[in-house]
Amino acid sequence: MNTSTNSAAEAVSRITLTVNGQPRELELDTRTSLLDALREYLHLTGTKKGCDHGQCGACTVLINGRRINSCLTLAVMHDHDDVVTIEGLSTPKALHPLQAAFIERDAFQCGYCTPGQICSAVGMLSEAKAGWPSHATADVSSGQIALSHAEIRERMSGNICRCAAYPNIVAAIRDVAEGVSR
Amino acid sequence: MKPFTYEKVTDPRAAGAAVSRSGAKFISGGTNLLDLMKLEIEQPTHLVDISRLPLKHIEDLPDGGVRIGAQAANSEVAADPRVRARYPVLAEAILSGASGQLRNKASIGGNLVQRTRCAYFYDTAAPCNKRTPGTGCAALQGVNRIHAILGASDACIATHPSDMAVAMSALEAQIELLEPKQSTRRVAINDFYGPPGSAPHIETVLRPGEMITAVILPPPPPGRQRYRKVRDRVSYEFALVSVAVIVATDRETINAARVAFGALAYKPWRAIDAEAVLKGRPATLNTYQAAADAAMRSAVGRGHNDFKIELAKRTLCRTLADAVQMSIGRRS
Repeated sequence: MNTSTNSAAEAVSRITLTVNGQPRELELDTRTSLLDALREYLHLTGTKKGCDHGQCGACTVLINGRRINSCLTLAVMHDHDDVVTIEGLSTPKALHPLQAAFIERDAFQCGYCTPGQICSAVGMLSEAKAGWPSHATADVSSGQIALSHAEIRERMSGNICRCAAYPNIVAAIRDVAEGVSR
Repeated sequence: MKPFTYEKVTDPRAAGAAVSRSGAKFISGGTNLLDLMKLEIEQPTHLVDISRLPLKHIEDLPDGGVRIGAQAANSEVAADPRVRARYPVLAEAILSGASGQLRNKASIGGNLVQRTRCAYFYDTAAPCNKRTPGTGCAALQGVNRIHAILGASDACIATHPSDMAVAMSALEAQIELLEPKQSTRRVAINDFYGPPGSAPHIETVLRPGEMITAVILPPPPPGRQRYRKVRDRVSYEFALVSVAVIVATDRETINAARVAFGALAYKPWRAIDAEAVLKGRPATLNTYQAAADAAMRSAVGRGHNDFKIELAKRTLCRTLADAVQMSIGRRS
């Protein structure tokens, strides 16, 4: 199998991840994606594997507060990083406002893409709050971002919904962005 | 994915030595490399993680330029107030590529050396001189709608997929490289990529063990900047044609222009001939069309991608008109 001169031991790494606030120690084959570490080793199966190639967004999680595709990064590259998954957004008593808005707006059908959509939206809202422009922003030098439908759709384009619940996904995110409580 | 060993380097000077072992490769954001490793198109036996190197800063330079650390995330560069104010074409280009998640992970250095999205490069059952030298090019007689019309060879008609690099080409960016022996050198982005010729697997002038440490943007040239990307979907898709323009006008006359195309060649394609046509001419559609004709004079279609020649011309005309309108509109 491994014909290189490296010993098998070197192809295994020991890391610590902070996952949803808890330090978790893991011993992993270096090939393990962050997504597989979460699902197969930590049994946090809320994060979904869709395409496994960074094209669908189902695996979106937050690393140190930023949204990324967990399928396109190695777990060993995230030693000591802070990971938040869909399981870490709510408390036993209260849903995250985006979770509540997705239910209220019926923003899913099969639900497979939903954890990725919600984690992505959490990251997206903080990017917009920080004044980050997008491809839909008419003047990128402007520091003010108004989250119009066009802005939300552009900023969420890395999350595919095969059931095409897009209108309701955009509505749910817009409710939260505008502070609408329904 | 094939097995590999892994090490993280924290000192840029250690990176060259670490990557000098046989089968070793740098990994940064990993958004392209890991995709290719899953498909076993890339099969490194050792990964040197350079993503935590202290090369993330965006700094002002004394001459009015900006130095962007190679490990800065694409999203952070596009969001940087200095980049947005002085190099809006770069922010626009970065924001037109990939998705929010990918831009948060992908580095500036990695964006420059990402591989082509030619479907035959990805299809390990197909011949591909870039993936497996000497096997031929399936795209020549295949579905080559997305392929190159400029600078290609009979060995390879793949395009470079970056949007960011197109803006950097128009801005005449310099790429700062660190050699394993610790000396640094700078290469103009327009000299960084080599033509496919008969060896399309060699894509850049990077030497063994050399690492991209920064991209240097000279002070912005006068004029209005604009990036336009034309693609099959409105978002999250590679370009069929893209263009970065920088146009300075005096009344209705073009004083100076820069033009670079994306998705047409193995590199961002600086259109010097078009720039020469624009300089000193009235800012009219006739001038834009003459510049577009000059830019596409050596273009060669391969069948499915013949449309790119006309599309590139029209995209340039439209983008020049936009930039001129912004330029004239702002002054009044």
